[in-house]
Formats: sequence, C-alpha cells, structure tokens
Amino acid sequence: MLRISRGQGRWRQVVWAGVAAALLAGGAGCKQKMSYQPRYDPLERSETFNDRSSARPLPAGTVARGFLRDDPEVFLGRKENGDYATEFPFPITEEVMRRGQERFTIYCTMCHGFSGYGNGMIVQRGFSPPPSFHAPETREKSVGYYFAVITNGYGAMPGHAHQIPVSDRWAIVAYVRALQLSQNASLDDVPAAHRSALDAPPPAPMNSRSADPHSANSHSGGAR
Amino acid sequence: MAQHFHRSMNTIAKVSIFGAVFIIGFSAWLLLEVNRSSNVTNVGIALPQPVQFSHQHHVAGLGIECRYCHTSVEHSAFANIPPISTCMNCHQQIWFGAPMLEPVRASWKSGQALEWNRVHNLGDYVYFNHGVHVQKGIGCVSCHGRVDQMQLIYKDQPHTMEWCLSCHRNPAQHIRPRDQVFNMTWKPEDIGETQAALGARLVKEYNIEPARKLTSCSTCHH
Ligand code: HEC
Ligand code: HEC
Ligand code: HEC
Ligand code: HEC
Ligand code: HEC
Ligand code: HEC
Repeated sequence: MLRISRGQGRWRQVVWAGVAAALLAGGAGCKQKMSYQPRYDPLERSETFNDRSSARPLPAGTVARGFLRDDPEVFLGRKENGDYATEFPFPITEEVMRRGQERFTIYCTMCHGFSGYGNGMIVQRGFSPPPSFHAPETREKSVGYYFAVITNGYGAMPGHAHQIPVSDRWAIVAYVRALQLSQNASLDDVPAAHRSALDAPPPAPMNSRSADPHSANSHSGGAR
Repeated sequence: MAQHFHRSMNTIAKVSIFGAVFIIGFSAWLLLEVNRSSNVTNVGIALPQPVQFSHQHHVAGLGIECRYCHTSVEHSAFANIPPISTCMNCHQQIWFGAPMLEPVRASWKSGQALEWNRVHNLGDYVYFNHGVHVQKGIGCVSCHGRVDQMQLIYKDQPHTMEWCLSCHRNPAQHIRPRDQVFNMTWKPEDIGETQAALGARLVKEYNIEPARKLTSCSTCHH
C-alpha cells in the first residue's frame, strides 16, 4: 500500500516536471492570438477573393478621393486641343529642381545614365538603348511630351505612372531640361559667382558605381 | 512518536529554500535567452521565396535605389513590396525567357499576385511606421543590415521590444542626414564628423521627440 502510493508520487513528480518544461519551452516559442488578429495587414493573403489578394483593385468607373484627374494639362501633359503642354503647371523653384534631381536619380539613371546620354547600367546589361536627351530632335520636344512619356511610356520604355506621383514627374521634367542646358552651355552662361563651383570635384554618387562616363564632364565644365 | 524526517532534511530544506531563488532566477534567465535567440527572433534566417530575387544583384550590382521598388517607404507606415509591373519594367526585355523568372511571367499574365514569404513581421499588437523613421533620419541599414549584400533577404536585427527601445532611449547614436537614409555604406566619418557630435546636432535639427515620449507604451501599443 505504502509502496504503491510512493510510486505514484514519483510519477506525479515526473509528470509535473514534464508539464513545467513544456510550459517553459512553449512560452518561449509560441506567439499568442494577439499577434495574429483577425484583420489584414497590407498585401496579406486573403481566402475570400479568387485572386487571393486582400488588396482590391478599384471597381471600374470609381475615383478615389483626391485622385480626380480633371485637368489634362497637369495630368496628361496635353492642352485642351490635344497638343503637348509647353509650360510647367507650377513655378520651378530651386526646391523643385533638387526634388527633380533626386527623383531622376532614383527612377531614370539606370537606363538613361546620370547625364542623360542613354548609357545606364541596365542598358549595358542588354536593355534597348534610349536616345540621348541631348540629341537635337529630343531637345526640341516640349515639356508636356516628356511628362507624357514618363506617364505612359514610349516604345520600349515602360510607363512609370504607378511609381512616380504627378508632381514628381513634372519635377523630373524640369531637371531633364536643366541637364539639357548643362550639356550645351558655355562658361558665359554660368553666373560669375558660381563659376568656381565648376572646378569642385563632383559629389560622390549614391552607389559607388556610377555607370556614366559623362557625369564627370557636366561638373568640370567639359562641354564648354 | 517516530520521527517523520531524517535529520539531514534540515540541511536539505535550508539548501532548497535558498536554492529556489537560484533555480527560479536561472529559469527566468533561460527563458529570456531563448526568447532572444535566433530560434525565436529568426535573425539570420532566409525564407524560401517563389523567385530567387537577389537584393545584392539589383541594389549593389545594378545600382537600383530602394525607392524604385519600395515606393511608399518614405511616407507610409508600410514599405510596399513592388508589384509585378515594376519587375517587368526591365524584365520584359532582360532575361525574358529565363526559367528563373517563370513565376514572375506567370503572375504578369494571369494577374494572380506572386506570394512572397514575409521575413519581417511584428505582432499585430505593435504599431510600426516606416515614414516617421525615414523622415527623421534613421537609415534602412540600422534596422535591416546590409541588404545590398543579401542574396535572399534575412532578418539582420532581432526586432524585439528590447531592441526598439535601445534606440528610442537614445536615437542620437543612429541618426544620420536625411539624404543618406538609403545609402547602405554611409559613415559619419565620410563628412568628417563623429556620430556623437552629428547625432546631438541632428536630434535638435529634426526635433526628435524626447525619450520619455518614445519609450512610452502607447507610442507602439495602441
Ligand atoms: C527600363 C529602362 C528605362 C527607364 C527606367 C526609363 N527609360 Fe526612358 N526610355 C527608355 C528607352 C529604351 C527609350 C527609347 C524607347 C524607344 O525608342 O522605343 C526611352 C525613351 C525615353 C524618352 C523619349 C526620348 C525621345 O527621343 O523621344 C524620354 C523623354 C524618356 N525616356 C524619359 C525618361 C525619364 C524621365 C525616366 C525616369 C522617370 C525614364 N525615361 C526611365 C528606357 C528607360
Ligand atoms: C528591384 C526591386 C527592389 C529594390 C531596388 C529593392 N528591393 Fe527590397 N524587396 C524587393 C522585393 C521583390 C521584395 C520581396 C521579396 C523578398 O523578400 O526578397 C523585397 C523585400 C525587402 C525586404 C524584406 C521584406 C520582408 O519580407 O520582410 C526588405 C527589408 C527590403 N526589401 C529592403 C530593401 C532595401 C533597404 C533596399 C535598398 C537598399 C531595397 N529593398 C531595394 C524588391 C526590391
Ligand atoms: C531596373 C531594372 C530591373 C528591375 C526593376 C528588376 N530587375 Fe531583375 N534583373 C535586372 C537585370 C539587368 C538582371 C540581370 C543581371 C545581370 O545580367 O547581371 C536581373 C536579374 C534578375 C534575376 C536573375 C537572378 C539574378 O539575380 O541574377 C531575377 C530572378 C530577377 N532579376 C528578378 C527580378 C524581380 C522579381 C524583380 C521585381 C521585384 C526585378 N528582377 C526587377 C534588372 C532589373
Ligand atoms: C526603425 C527600424 C526600421 C527602419 C529604419 C527601416 N525598417 Fe523596414 N521594417 C522594420 C520593421 C520593424 C518591419 C516589420 C514591420 C511589421 O511587421 O509591421 C519592417 C518591414 C519592412 C518591409 C516589409 C514590408 C513592411 O512594411 O512590413 C520592407 C520592404 C522594408 N521594411 C523596407 C525598408 C526600407 C527600404 C527601409 C529604408 C528606407 C527601411 N525598411 C527602414 C524596421 C525598419
Ligand atoms: C535606430 C533607431 C530606432 C529604432 C531601432 C526604432 N526606432 Fe522608432 N523611432 C526612432 C526615431 C528617431 C523616431 C522619431 C521620433 C520623432 O518623431 O521625433 C521614431 C519614432 C517612432 C514612432 C512614432 C513616434 C511618434 O512620434 O509618435 C513609432 C510608433 C516607432 N518609432 C516605433 C518603433 C518600433 C515598433 C520599433 C521596433 C520594431 C522602432 N520604432 C525601432 C528611432 C528608432
Ligand atoms: C518602441 C516601441 C515599443 C514601446 C515604447 C513599447 N513596446 Fe512593447 N513591444 C514592442 C515590440 C516590437 C514587441 C514585440 C513584438 C513581436 O515580438 O512581434 C513588444 C512586445 C510587448 C509585449 C508582449 C511580449 C511577448 O513576449 O509577447 C508586451 C506585454 C509589451 N510589449 C508591453 C509593453 C509595455 C507595458 C510598454 C511600456 C512600458 C511597452 N510595451 C512599450 C514595442 C514597444
């Protein structure tokens, strides 16, 4: 009698030790319900819809608040009569220009190169080469044309509307205009106070490999 | 009446009362260490992905900026994963027929989303926001490590509460100029400064909230 009960006691100890160890390990390893609440994170998989995507496309014919595109000159780069716009829809300040430079570097340089000669890294890896922004035919195009190309694409170039907001597209166009001026300017075009800056070394590019042999020129006044 | 316990029990009882402190302490320490280990935090572990997309190749090799793909990271809580159309900007030409890219083309044709496996995933009870960190000068590299050297993405930092707080108590040790947030290799020495001096200056310039606010529970749990 006594022996049996002692035996049971030992078993009980073993079981409790096991339960304690399991709790310890379990507490460390598992996440509670609070971690997975019944709501969607952005882009989370959904079992409800056939395409398994919780991010739903807009139903046809609806316009999201703040996304009404009613001014063709601003949103399509075209005037009422269908011609390309020749003026920017907002004043070009130094701030806009810097924004344009930053956005151009992010979205265009891999193909068009840092100075717009059309020799970026992706082109070196086999993408069709774009024309130089400094070719006479390209320089003649109006600002609306550039805006439309960024928005809708052109030939082998894909449209970038889903990546770049409208105001940034215009800022990029302004910067492309500045690039075109810089490659066809003489020293006299530079205000005297800024000439010394031309001899300064170019700022280090974001990524150590700058694929563009021309980028050095634009800073040292090589196009004189 | 017979003695119930042997004399030695006196010592055993004393030792075990004293020892319990250590046993409980040890268990607690073990629990914390296990919770911090990579088994739980998944640091350094890459997940299988439908396409062998390499950040090393695209970022370091080709010089594509983070924002070309993660377009919303500057202003929204969520850093978006690029849609297939972004890949197709280049891959409609580059390596178009490669078997490696078959899942990308299939998704492009069918419109069915490509399902990447999520590497970073905080519990739903935590609120995190990319926009505020980018705007206040915290580099991607501070939280994600050298993404430009990763074949497949893995977690570089533990992303535990302890880890968040270690920076929120003193952001000056990590803060950098806003225009260097996306630069993976930037160091304060590049502009001839020390992190201590630069950090102190930028914390003022960018109006960083005081540690009291940044470590308050309701900042991240609400
Ligand atoms: C994936 C590579 C790629 C990217 C990224 C890219 N382009 Fe292009 N772009 C091209 C190619 C290729 C062409 C030539 C298309 C053709 O002729 O079929 C082109 C043509 C153009 C043209 C027309 C030039 C002309 O002579 O009419 C403009 C303008 C232009 N790109 C601007 C831009 C701007 C601005 C950006 C950044 C927002 C950009 N591109 C991003 C590849 C690219
Ligand atoms: C060419 C497009 C592209 C570029 C450029 C890019 N990424 Fe990504 N990134 C992706 C894709 C696609 C995924 C999802 C697949 C994966 O996890 O590898 C991703 C995933 C990630 C993730 C992990 C998301 C998760 O699952 O938790 C992080 C972190 C990340 N990227 C950071 C960066 C950083 C930092 C940069 C810039 C240095 C960058 N990315 C540049 C396309 C890109
Ligand atoms: C700006 C252009 C560009 C974009 C955008 C881009 N890629 Fe690439 N990708 C390339 C180039 C160029 C190569 C070939 C690299 C080489 O030749 O060295 C490549 C190679 C690859 C490879 C082959 C394996 C490797 O890394 O070498 C895969 C897989 C791939 N890309 C997937 C993707 C996915 C998925 C996306 C979308 C998230 C994407 N790429 C977006 C330009 C791009
Ligand atoms: C302060 C730390 C921190 C910084 C700085 C940071 N991230 Fe993140 N990132 C995180 C955390 C935490 C998550 C997981 C978020 C979640 O699960 O809700 C994450 C997730 C991601 C994801 C997956 C999608 C998502 O939002 O959950 C991508 C992509 C990403 N980060 C890219 C970037 C890029 C690109 C940068 C640089 C601009 C960056 N991150 C800067 C901490 C950071
Ligand atoms: C490397 C430093 C660093 C890390 C790591 C970090 N943060 Fe932050 N966090 C900051 C800074 C700097 C701010 C900006 C404070 C301000 O608004 O002035 C901030 C702000 C925030 C805010 C907004 C606070 C407000 O102003 O209302 C939230 C929410 C937040 N962080 C959550 C997190 C979470 C969750 C983690 C961990 C996954 C994390 N952070 C990791 C530096 C960091
Ligand atoms: C800087 C952001 C931040 C602040 C401030 C913060 N937490 Fe957390 N908290 C986190 C993160 C991140 C996690 C872990 C999420 C995960 O593991 O996915 C977490 C997890 C937790 C957990 C769950 C722990 C577990 O193991 O499941 C609790 C409870 C918690 N926090 C309580 C608090 C309390 C109480 C405070 C105030 C004293 C606080 N937190 C302040 C970011 C924060």
